[in-house]
Amino acid sequence: MISITINNKPIMVEEGTTILEAAKKLNILIPTLCHLNLHDINVNSETASCRVCMVENTKNGKLIPACATRVWEGLDVRTDTLKVIRTRRIMIELLLSDHPKDCLVCAKSGHCELQNLANENNIRSVRFNGKQHNCKIDDTSLSLVRDMNKCILCKRCETMCNDIQTVGVLTDVGRGFDTVVGTAFDHPMHETVCTFCGQCVSVCPTGALTEVDNTSQVWNALDSEKTVIVQVAPAVRVALGEEFGMEAGSIITGKMVSALKALGFDYVFDTNFAADVTVMEEASEFIDRFKNGGTLPILTSCCPSWIKFVEHNFGDLVDIPSSCKSPHEMFGALAKTYFAEKIGKNPKDIIVVSVMPCVAKKYESARPELSNQQIGTSDVDIVISTRELARMISEATLDFTSLPDSEFDRFMGQSTGAAAIFGATGGVAEASLRTAYDLITGESLQDVNFTPLRGFENIKEATVNINGTNINIAVASGLGNARKLLEMVRNGEKEYHLIEIMACPGGCIDGGGQPYIRGDIDILNKRMNAIYQIDSDKKIRKAHENPELQQLYKEFLGEPYYGQKAHDLLHTHFHARKKYDEA
Amino acid sequence: MCNIKGGIDFSGLQQIIDKSDKKESSLIMILHETQNLYGYIPREAQGYIAQQLSIPASKVYGVVSFYSYFVDKPKGKYQVSVCMGTACYVKGAEDVLKRLEEELGIAFGETTEDLKFSIAQTRCLGDCSKAPVIMINDETYGMVTPDEVPLILNKYKEA
Repeated sequence: MISITINNKPIMVEEGTTILEAAKKLNILIPTLCHLNLHDINVNSETASCRVCMVENTKNGKLIPACATRVWEGLDVRTDTLKVIRTRRIMIELLLSDHPKDCLVCAKSGHCELQNLANENNIRSVRFNGKQHNCKIDDTSLSLVRDMNKCILCKRCETMCNDIQTVGVLTDVGRGFDTVVGTAFDHPMHETVCTFCGQCVSVCPTGALTEVDNTSQVWNALDSEKTVIVQVAPAVRVALGEEFGMEAGSIITGKMVSALKALGFDYVFDTNFAADVTVMEEASEFIDRFKNGGTLPILTSCCPSWIKFVEHNFGDLVDIPSSCKSPHEMFGALAKTYFAEKIGKNPKDIIVVSVMPCVAKKYESARPELSNQQIGTSDVDIVISTRELARMISEATLDFTSLPDSEFDRFMGQSTGAAAIFGATGGVAEASLRTAYDLITGESLQDVNFTPLRGFENIKEATVNINGTNINIAVASGLGNARKLLEMVRNGEKEYHLIEIMACPGGCIDGGGQPYIRGDIDILNKRMNAIYQIDSDKKIRKAHENPELQQLYKEFLGEPYYGQKAHDLLHTHFHARKKYDEA
Repeated sequence: MCNIKGGIDFSGLQQIIDKSDKKESSLIMILHETQNLYGYIPREAQGYIAQQLSIPASKVYGVVSFYSYFVDKPKGKYQVSVCMGTACYVKGAEDVLKRLEEELGIAFGETTEDLKFSIAQTRCLGDCSKAPVIMINDETYGMVTPDEVPLILNKYKEA
């Protein structure tokens, strides 16, 4: 242990502790901007580039960055001297001198860490009129918008893209004042190997990286003559409340359904219903491959960012992922066939809107394979994120927290605990196991909780014995972990039967379209607990026991599972893409 | 063996890469030799290097863009340097540079499409009594007025 003093208060801390962490233990909140530390999901960015966290060493009067300086024996610092306060103000003012002043209409307004920092540090004018960046805004992709005029070069996005996700799209381009975070050969995002996971958006402190806003399209759809159907992903209902000041992890499913009905959607359905369908198709495909000597391991295919990552980086393995479409795409395909028949509507007069914790789903919905050639429409028409839904609810003058609870509509609204856990890393594998066990053995699994598959660990492994056969399962979240896992599989170092991968660290609860957590890992823990709470509160916790799902197969898809009609509507294919960005 | 892409022959580059340890730490050494080979570092070559070293192309591009020594566009036959030292600057070097850019239709740091001219900036050439000074390859021109710029260039255009 090392003894130090901060603002005349002594404290003992472990070796390797930063001044920032030590100060927090004394309830001293040193402001930071570039710093980001999410220990539990292995994310750490401490470039110390913004210099906002400078503190004064009382021994020699020197200023040192608190976020990146490890303590030493006898260290004595102050965070509140005039020198420190003035330095901090100058640092913030210098950042603001090259930052657009359009905060009122910025997409990050209210969630911007630079805006908050300026406010909390009493900045009321900017004394420096320096040079300003004038970069072209890149809004070419369907998922992300890059406005580098708002970038403060904290490099959090680069840490995410290169070190955590190992996608390697974002880099420093140029030098000195002209440095920007850019791409290889300054290509627009849609031409790069970007997977659109949106984690760069999640960690960006300012409005430099934001999602593509599709709310206007939804308002126009709601105002049209068409039948507008909405579906909501599992992870949205444990995070949306945060946007209205509710405690993280609040389960607000009922209020969310009321809000969607009040917004004017004709039918409010649940992606969880389609997640149950996904379990049936994926588990059946797994059993088919397992029994008939097909390709193993089978990889889950729910995550579009992960799929694009495989297509770019493991082109030789594109036949390994399950051919299942992702749940919201399955939903769209069924809404425009099965449900269209139920309500006697022409599928061309139906618009399917997905509310997702994700920005990759925006890009995914435009993949040409994910459409119905006979009908001539995409399975899903518009995708909005959790954050965008919150903005629409506010725009519609709804007082979200006081809304009553409502239920999802019939035919595609019922779901089981198996679907609920799709929202957290490990959930899809666990859900599939619950069903695979029953389908293989013909018995009913008693304890449905596969706890080794839960939690934020980078790579989780479990072996489950079904009918005397050991099934090896691996789960990874975060694309860097996925890469490690797949390389081990490719090298023959590890042999698995089933692998689940989610691109975002922690799974969809930490998706690129979720309310910003600003480095607060507790929020993720609470969301995860809520996901498993929804599961354990359900009477039915296995997908194949969902009554509406049974009706779907009986009346429409035909039995058994994984049949021809299901194949036509609910399955797709993947293709290898370029591994490197080219000039 | 033919190894050509985008009009660029990569066989020489392949030799450079083959004699390296093909690690990321050799990137700058490889870039130096690539520039010696082609006279600049074509973007196609940057992509090729990325593939060969198994690193993202963004990383190679980031390094090339960082060092002013590395250029990713070919240089012209005639390097026109405008002195931006204090004396030349005071005597109107900026106007000379502006006229030069207009006449050649390129900006500082760029090269004309026919690969004849590039414009570079330079620090003091030590010929301050003749400010403003420009240099074309090894030849120096003093007390240049903006209107003289096209006359000087004509000599090289015809050459």
